Amino acid sequence: MSTSAGDAMRRIGNAITPHEPQSTDQIWEIVQLARHQDRPYPLDYIPRLLSDFEELRGDRLYRDDPAIVAGIGRYHDMPVVVIGQQKGRDTQERTYRNFGMSGPEGYRKAMRVMALAEKIGAPVITLIDTPGAFPGADAEQRGQGGAIATSIRTMLRLSVPTVAIVVGEGSSGGAIALGVADRVMMLQNSTYSVISPEGGSAILWRDAAKSQLAAAAFQPTAANCYRWGVVDSVIPEPDGGAHRDHDAAAELLDRYLLRALTELREIPGSERRRQRHVRFRRIGSYRELALADTSAVVSGQTKGPP
Amino acid sequence: MRRNFRVCTSCGHHFKVSGKERLDQLANFESWNELWPELRAADPLQFTDLEPYTKRVEKAEAKGLTEALVAGDLSVGRQPCVAAAMDFGFLGGSMGSVVGEKLLRACDRAAERRVPLIVISASGGARMQEGVLALMQMSKTVVGFEALHEAAVPVISVLAHPTTGGVWASFAALGDVTYAEPGALVSFSGPRVIEQTTREKLAPDFGLAETQLRNGQVDDVVDRRELNERLERVMRILSRESSPEPPLAMQWAQQGASRAQRAARAVPRMSRRIRERLRRGEGPQ
Repeated sequence: MSTSAGDAMRRIGNAITPHEPQSTDQIWEIVQLARHQDRPYPLDYIPRLLSDFEELRGDRLYRDDPAIVAGIGRYHDMPVVVIGQQKGRDTQERTYRNFGMSGPEGYRKAMRVMALAEKIGAPVITLIDTPGAFPGADAEQRGQGGAIATSIRTMLRLSVPTVAIVVGEGSSGGAIALGVADRVMMLQNSTYSVISPEGGSAILWRDAAKSQLAAAAFQPTAANCYRWGVVDSVIPEPDGGAHRDHDAAAELLDRYLLRALTELREIPGSERRRQRHVRFRRIGSYRELALADTSAVVSGQTKGPP
Repeated sequence: MRRNFRVCTSCGHHFKVSGKERLDQLANFESWNELWPELRAADPLQFTDLEPYTKRVEKAEAKGLTEALVAGDLSVGRQPCVAAAMDFGFLGGSMGSVVGEKLLRACDRAAERRVPLIVISASGGARMQEGVLALMQMSKTVVGFEALHEAAVPVISVLAHPTTGGVWASFAALGDVTYAEPGALVSFSGPRVIEQTTREKLAPDFGLAETQLRNGQVDDVVDRRELNERLERVMRILSRESSPEPPLAMQWAQQGASRAQRAARAVPRMSRRIRERLRRGEGPQ
């Protein structure tokens, strides 16, 4: 599978730019910062970003899921809907919030408040921080897969402006369920990956202790996600990490969020939705062989070669 | 075995089927045209676990497989459609960039031709070797399903063993009609992960198609040998074309009336039973 010039293979898909590779130690340090227990969570950002906030609870179907907080508030004097994954800081709160691992009820609550956003024309802001959706028999029974899928679909259908920000750990389907937005951003020391390092280590290395190796292989850092076209911007953090100064972290986030929403509000709703679809259509990296009988087939949707 | 759709003739066990053979089955072993076989896996992360990703792909390609999803134009009976089938033999049917791109193109093609899309899933979930790019295929495939929604074209999702992880948590759960094969595992999290995380012992029928039918997650459990008939019927019902078929009861009458008579008898017998219970003061159960 070499990509030398002679083998008639063409690379298409997202333009992937060369970069300075990060070492295993550097990546692991970011993984730990992303999960630092003093790192600001949605309930730390919300009072710093919004002048008013009313939390809304429950999915109106089964129960309230404290792993996701949702509500309405005023952001720079506009009504917004905020949905965030909340991990909990001490043992008691972590148990209450199920370590930020939501069940189908969490995503259904999110969809319920997205419907409110659509009704009043309020932008939707999601703050992503989860090790993954909850793996439990009861969650499966109530349709965990379908809830995540429907949440993705709901975000694709919204006509209001949407911004998703990975503030901590964005792992697996539990993260993408809230990540299908017009603009997707990551904090400098956050991670975004197909699975947590521990999960990947258990499955691919058949050894839960290989999580550092797994993290180095997944390269879940903001720099890489930007390079792959998965996120549109990387939000800087205060020196040493967001946990050092919640106020400064919120101020930096505010700057990027406000700029994104200001840009997005200029675009008509249907056009904004179309652009969102195009954005997610383009993501991927694959080769296109020049087969004799199909050489005329050239992708019309993906970006050209780098 | 091939003619029996790889279903055991004595016990009814459904064996795994490759993507290409799936489309052979749907086409009732008539010829069909494979779409986009030139799309192949790249290695954007230069990923290595116990083995380099490129090696894993080479091994799978050496088996004669092109990727974990095969797409084609074909007809199920008299109903033309675009069909896509996942191949568990190619890295566990995992969804990477090629699966996402092929399925997106299949959706666009079905929307353009205004014929239904049939997707048969058999997958362990997102392809970890492509990292977050694999995760993004969940949203990409749902965008494809949205194109079908906007074109008002139906999509039928068939869940084979296993349909798990990011595949079950994206397009596979969004069929207008969803069938599962007998005994197929349909679950977001795998049983082992659940037992390790929650330390609960799972029931032996956890996540199986039959359980998910009871849970309301699928419309029916369909034997593979009857799948074509069911798919053809659904596509015929949802078709915009006028249907030359007479009403069902008239078809039954033509077929010798036995099924119609049974159907006609079933309802009054039921209500008579309830009437008797009510008369005895037991109330309906």
